[in-house]
Amino acid sequence: MSKQILLSHGGGGEETQNLIKDLFFKHFENDILLRMEDAASLVMNDHKIAFTTDSFVVSPLFFKGGNIGKLAIAGTVNDLSMMGAKPRYMTCSFMIEEGFLVSHLEDIVMTMRDEMAKSGVKIVAGDTKVVPRGGVDGLFINTAGIGEIMCENISAHNLENDDVIIVSNEVGNHGACILATREEIELESDLQTDCASLWKPVEALIDANVKIHALRDATRGGLSAVLNEWASTSHVCIEVDEAKIPVAKEVRGVCELLGFEPYEFANEGTMVIALPKAEAQRALDILKQFDETAKVAMIGTVSDRFADKVVLHTPWGSERFLEPPKGELLPRIC
Amino acid sequence: MTEVDLIEGFRDPEHMKALAALIKKECKSKINIMEVCGGHTHTIMKFGLSQILPDLIEFVHGPGCPVCIMPKERIDHAIALASMPNTILATLGDMIRVPGSKTSLQKLRAEGKDIRSLYSPMDVIKIAQENPDKNVVFFAIGFETTTPMSAVLVQQAIALGLKNVFFHINHVTVPEAVDAIMSGGDAKIDAFLGPSHVSVITGYKIYEPIAEKYHTPVVVSGFEPTDVMESVLRIVRQINEGKSVVDNEYARAVSREGNLKAQELVNTYFEKREHFRWRGIGDIPKSALKLKAQYAAYDAEIVFDDVLPKEELNDHKMCICGDILKGKAKPFDCKVFGKACTPTNPMGSCMVSSEGACAAYFKYGKLSLKGATA
Amino acid sequence: MCLSIPSKVVEIDENNYATVDTMGVKRKVTLDLISEPVNIGDYVLIHVGFAMNKISKEHAEDSIAAYNEIVEAMKDGSIAEDEGESQYDRS
Repeated sequence: MSKQILLSHGGGGEETQNLIKDLFFKHFENDILLRMEDAASLVMNDHKIAFTTDSFVVSPLFFKGGNIGKLAIAGTVNDLSMMGAKPRYMTCSFMIEEGFLVSHLEDIVMTMRDEMAKSGVKIVAGDTKVVPRGGVDGLFINTAGIGEIMCENISAHNLENDDVIIVSNEVGNHGACILATREEIELESDLQTDCASLWKPVEALIDANVKIHALRDATRGGLSAVLNEWASTSHVCIEVDEAKIPVAKEVRGVCELLGFEPYEFANEGTMVIALPKAEAQRALDILKQFDETAKVAMIGTVSDRFADKVVLHTPWGSERFLEPPKGELLPRIC
Repeated sequence: MTEVDLIEGFRDPEHMKALAALIKKECKSKINIMEVCGGHTHTIMKFGLSQILPDLIEFVHGPGCPVCIMPKERIDHAIALASMPNTILATLGDMIRVPGSKTSLQKLRAEGKDIRSLYSPMDVIKIAQENPDKNVVFFAIGFETTTPMSAVLVQQAIALGLKNVFFHINHVTVPEAVDAIMSGGDAKIDAFLGPSHVSVITGYKIYEPIAEKYHTPVVVSGFEPTDVMESVLRIVRQINEGKSVVDNEYARAVSREGNLKAQELVNTYFEKREHFRWRGIGDIPKSALKLKAQYAAYDAEIVFDDVLPKEELNDHKMCICGDILKGKAKPFDCKVFGKACTPTNPMGSCMVSSEGACAAYFKYGKLSLKGATA
Repeated sequence: MCLSIPSKVVEIDENNYATVDTMGVKRKVTLDLISEPVNIGDYVLIHVGFAMNKISKEHAEDSIAAYNEIVEAMKDGSIAEDEGESQYDRS
């Protein structure tokens, strides 16, 4: 392990996983934490609860289709939703840099209010800190969220042979949107974040008794991170058809320009579902009815070909492993 | 036709399958094709072209990765320059991750040194103007594709009278490298896939001496999967007909003469070095460029000579990057591939640069080993 | 070689910088390396912030037409899809 923390440790890929396992788990070890799900699944006084936390340090703070506040609410709501838990209550802590504009703060807070209404979650406790200039980059937000588990046994451990993989939206929109907005790259596009609360579509699946094996929102590390985590946690092979993965034209443009793959870019309102083949059509029909998941697509299947690996099939009959994402995003040059 | 067609139109599955079928039909003998350029290695691996081509076609990966061929001592130069007080070191992309003998630019940046990874060399101008009290050193790398951009940067720096911009030039050239590999006599190469974008700048005339001297067809190929397949087909046909000429598959972008304005700019500011050490290959005469003597005031190797280490450094014994760059070995032949040497902990440069053969194999190639698990 | 992508010129400013569009993503590149005239609607190859040259649409169309012909030949039986050997073995 390196002596200093590098940017890649926060990338959500292999280095992040290693840091968590080799440092945090080493000292914080307990059975619940080691399950490594999106939220902890707890039992308190016989009630089944999901409990999660997240921090938001996105730069820039405002981007097409959202801002750090929207991310904070949707991100927390989604962590709970991915455990089959109805998001009930949240905490919210603001760490604000001296000199930050009050009008910007209010814009962010109003966005958060609007986003909370979509799932019904409420902020019930909070904290505010202001640090001198340079202490944080504008604004950082930390949240914790609690939800009631409505559907149990959704877990990365549950994938089975012949399961089908569904993705609820185009992949990579958020990551590509943020990258394109970064000043030093100077790209201009209409690309919007896909940031969205996913509780309503998830609730609809649960209410219809659709059997779900695993559910995860594809955040840092994108689709590739989710599929690789699932493959290694359930010890299965996941095979996806490249042609079936929905990718927005502009995201492909950013990838071509900068030398990335859309499967590594983060999403903030797109989930990946693993479920039995027989349930797939029902799930697709339900999800097509919601704006947030209207572009849902079936992209692959679970097999036993290569344990712990994800296989990508090209449209002309060749295939390769989709390796877990690594490092910070760096463009290829010659 | 739109710009989408110019990309997607060259990735059509129907075209790919048809080209594969035609190659299978016409290929009669074993053909070793060296793709010189790292970008082509990437295309071949990422799109799984070996899987749809007959076994008779084998790709031999060439030295066309400018980060990969950088000898360790020159990476140490970058580190030494970045370590100077009041200095900003700027370079393009992958260079910051390559380990030198003790550390890398990326690690140095984490320790607080001002090291910038740029998307364009022209960003150096803005950095220099915004930091007049600092030395801004541009560590320039790349084959002939990227050299003209450095030339424009030199031109601009001089025109604007910037006194705080310096250049460490590591630009290298394709024909001499190919010649060095072939003249060794032990490389079994029957044909070349010529680089796409080097050729845009230089024109395909630069490959004519190679085709003639070594009787190998050279097909200048575009970057997209159908370009490579079409180029393989043209190689197969030349071999069948006993021909060895330069053919331009990438006619939509490449001409025989190339971009004359770019060539003129390069010739104005740069000249060939007598010698340049290529990592894993050794000295290749006249294969690299430096600033002309009249621009010595901008040449970091002259101005900061006293901080630059002089020792030549060789690679770890277990690293076979040299053989891989010469096309004599494949990444899977390396005992440390994927074990001690991975993209996050690279031992050799073929792994650290995303254009490198080992990085391409690590990311895209592990399934190609039939029956491989990981 | 070096990452370079075809893009459409949508605007040119007085400093010889062009705004180019690649699949809906726009960025500015300098035209300083191109000696021939560049017009709005032309396609250029861009690399590290520069346009390297113009792309010939005619040649591109010729290439694609040639591929289409091969596809037709395959459909009408002049070439069999499974003829010959392949390393790719799914069995």
